[in-house]
Amino acid sequence: MNGKKENLIIIGNGMAGISTVEQILKLTTRFDITVFGTEPYPNYNRIMLSYVLEGSKTLDDIVLNDLHWYEDYGITLHTGTTVTRIDAETHEVVTEDGTRVPYDKIIIATGSNSFILPVPGHDKQGVVGFRDIADCNVMLDAAKQYKRAAVIGGGLLGLEAAKGLVQLGMEVTVVHLMQDLMERQLDPQASAMLKAELERQGIRFKMGAQTSELLGGERVEGIRFADDSVLNVDFVVMAVGIKPNTAVARESGIEVNRGIVVDDYMQTSLENVYSVGECTEHRGVCYGLVAPLFEQGMILAKHICGVETAPYEGSVVSTKLKISGVDVFSTGEFIDSPEHTVISHKDDWRRTYKKILLRDNKMVGAVLFGDITDSAELQKLIKQQTEMTEELYSSLMGTGCGGHKKTTSVETMAEDEIVCGCNGVTKGTIVDVITNQGLTSVDEIKACTGATRSCGGCKPVVEQILQYVLGDNFSSGAKQGICGCTSMGRDEIVAEIRQKGLQTTKEVMNVLGWSQPEGCSKCRPAINYYLGMIAPDTHEDEKESRFVNERMNANIQKDGTYTVVPRMYGGVTTPADLKRIADVSVKYDVKAVKVTGGQRLDLIGVKKEDLTKVWAELDMPSGYAYAKSLRTVKTCVGSQFCRFGTQDSMAMGARIERKFERLDLPAKFKYAVNGCPRNCAEACTKDIGIVGNDGGWEIFIGGNGGIKARLADSLCKVKTDEELIELCGAIMQYYRETGNYLERTSEWVERMGLEDIRSVVVDNLEERKALMQRIEFALEHVEEPWQKAIRNEEGQSKMFHGIEVSARP
Amino acid sequence: MTTKQSATYFPAGVVEEFLPRIGRVVEIQDRQLAVFRASDGTIFAVDNHNPHPKGGPLAEGIVSGHYLYDPLYDWKIDLTTGVVQAPDNGQVQMYPVKVENGQVWIEI
Repeated sequence: MNGKKENLIIIGNGMAGISTVEQILKLTTRFDITVFGTEPYPNYNRIMLSYVLEGSKTLDDIVLNDLHWYEDYGITLHTGTTVTRIDAETHEVVTEDGTRVPYDKIIIATGSNSFILPVPGHDKQGVVGFRDIADCNVMLDAAKQYKRAAVIGGGLLGLEAAKGLVQLGMEVTVVHLMQDLMERQLDPQASAMLKAELERQGIRFKMGAQTSELLGGERVEGIRFADDSVLNVDFVVMAVGIKPNTAVARESGIEVNRGIVVDDYMQTSLENVYSVGECTEHRGVCYGLVAPLFEQGMILAKHICGVETAPYEGSVVSTKLKISGVDVFSTGEFIDSPEHTVISHKDDWRRTYKKILLRDNKMVGAVLFGDITDSAELQKLIKQQTEMTEELYSSLMGTGCGGHKKTTSVETMAEDEIVCGCNGVTKGTIVDVITNQGLTSVDEIKACTGATRSCGGCKPVVEQILQYVLGDNFSSGAKQGICGCTSMGRDEIVAEIRQKGLQTTKEVMNVLGWSQPEGCSKCRPAINYYLGMIAPDTHEDEKESRFVNERMNANIQKDGTYTVVPRMYGGVTTPADLKRIADVSVKYDVKAVKVTGGQRLDLIGVKKEDLTKVWAELDMPSGYAYAKSLRTVKTCVGSQFCRFGTQDSMAMGARIERKFERLDLPAKFKYAVNGCPRNCAEACTKDIGIVGNDGGWEIFIGGNGGIKARLADSLCKVKTDEELIELCGAIMQYYRETGNYLERTSEWVERMGLEDIRSVVVDNLEERKALMQRIEFALEHVEEPWQKAIRNEEGQSKMFHGIEVSARP
Repeated sequence: MTTKQSATYFPAGVVEEFLPRIGRVVEIQDRQLAVFRASDGTIFAVDNHNPHPKGGPLAEGIVSGHYLYDPLYDWKIDLTTGVVQAPDNGQVQMYPVKVENGQVWIEI
């Protein structure tokens, strides 16, 4: 075995170089890697500097590979060190202070430098490029001290800088040589729309202006243009372009044109020296965007590791610019010429613009402004020079949906095609984490792969991939295959139970082919719930398939004791009840009596063997504080006593609590009833929140006050108490019949859609009545559990009392 | 000189004392055990102490086949060996059980 590792030196510590290193590390460990970077930082996401500028992210937020990463992979990192040349004879790189380090292979990834206009005054204080963290810090400082800024350059970078400075409170004028903004990416139409939108956002423009001099003393004070007009400013950002940083290549005798010349395998003119990223020139093209870097890096990594790879043939460049709310996209050939057939649609009311260019009926370019949902698909179609057809035309230019088409586009996307250009994540990687790690949401994919974490522009495509991979089982928010024991989703399982008349969890798991015959802690309680929901009259509840709290009808605490929470309907008690609670608490040495958020009392620290006695002596019904059913109905004082109350919330609250208690639901359910819109009982975070007013009641649903808080949505207004009760019943029954076990109404409303729920329970009177009938039927079969346990009909005492073995045999 | 306490089987009750797939606490000498009766009739006895760093009981867990899902942290424990399943780590002490003439005996 060849013991010695090859020395691989990376000149440049930016995104192109380090992502190439990441790819190399996936393929081999035979390199001893050393990285030299001029900047004093580890690898960070340069694209996100715009967010650092506007203040929504910090430097730490944008670091891609922290110092630990380099350590973990045994990479020697020299920050703040510039390599000045490569000595091909001694096979060493030479740094600016004369240090020499031997190499076997080199990758030059020195990126670009801001192009500073060589006009008089360009070296005054207060003039910067917008390239790195140092520039960013200067800009942040300037914003604190000065008022007026000019950004010279109305391209991608300039507009990002301008928006950032506006966010920081400066008066910003964008100065552009051409008459149209972003003329490299947009046609005049889209440019004009972009300018109008950005003016609305507070950016000023001076178009068709050629800078001839920067005025002022030591510090810049103004700009003079070729037509002799002057703009007074305190700060200037030069965003007129970038130049590949080819210094080290030139010093080393490597062929350089505008950039470092490389072949289709990223090899330079010097043996064993490669180059990747913005500093390179490939087939005459220097790329200034991030997506090509990842494509180049992947090919270079394979090549340098001796793995077979297709050659790099250049990248089809598309820009996806998001300046807070303005979506712009272009790809391919987008400037009209006589050879092109142009399809375009401009909508001034919606402020959208879509243009597709054809040559010989093949799609060769497109521009989108305002609505870029078709961007991924257009990118694909144009890359493949797809022939335009009637079907494609109506899908792209029709009502604008083309939903099914989008999925097809994802389907034919190659595995190694890059979906997230900012982070170099391929379709294959995303599909992999969905199928092998069971990820089911964009957020999970973001956390795992990094896709969508930078500009977020690829989110629609990631969602499409999710849809494509998960198929029918995908709906954002819901889980697919209810647990590891089965690949069946909730709807399938419920349908099978109904069709086959299955009655026990054992039957269900047997008949539907569970991988674990008795299921697990996720599915057994869920199946037990669905069985009871489908057949409330005949289902025999399986205690052994319930979580401890529901099985014991009390909440287990960390030390194995329990809490007892009796009902306090509508949050109203009586002196007699309070007295009993107090007496029982003293007798059984309760550790704490807590007033709960649900407006009742919680006796903490009851021993398991005392539970039935405590319940018997309290002689109050269970408050179901542990259950996946109605917990509490919070109320405010209301019209009985309160000067503002227009409705009797205390009475209605108690009425609702009595009516709907005890019934099994997919998850815990919380109500509030308010006597007036002051909302003292906090309806907005309840599953059903009711707000009374002079004419009747308003019903809100889907609120949640927990980890993922959500404000309830207004569902409807009713006039009478009876209508209110009927709607509550219909909503709850619809939730019972369509909710996933453990899914709170906040998630259920998002998944089903408020409109859908409204159309079923509010607009459709017949369905409302039918739902109410079904819930009434189910309610007939509930029983008070504490009394049941005290009566010990099902041997419950065995659950509460242990066995003491005294004698020895 | 050390006295070795010989292991003995203690009578814990008839099989019917143990509801199928619902654990029950059994106290023998100074130990607290959790005893489970699986669907196939096998009886398991373990220390009623959760190996999770925060502790707590085991008796109230959900039984599936010969596995137990603990009631507080949902750790999966193999009742035949007492080993906590990946991705978690731990071991529960087991006690041998025999059933004779419908009577359950546990060895301490």
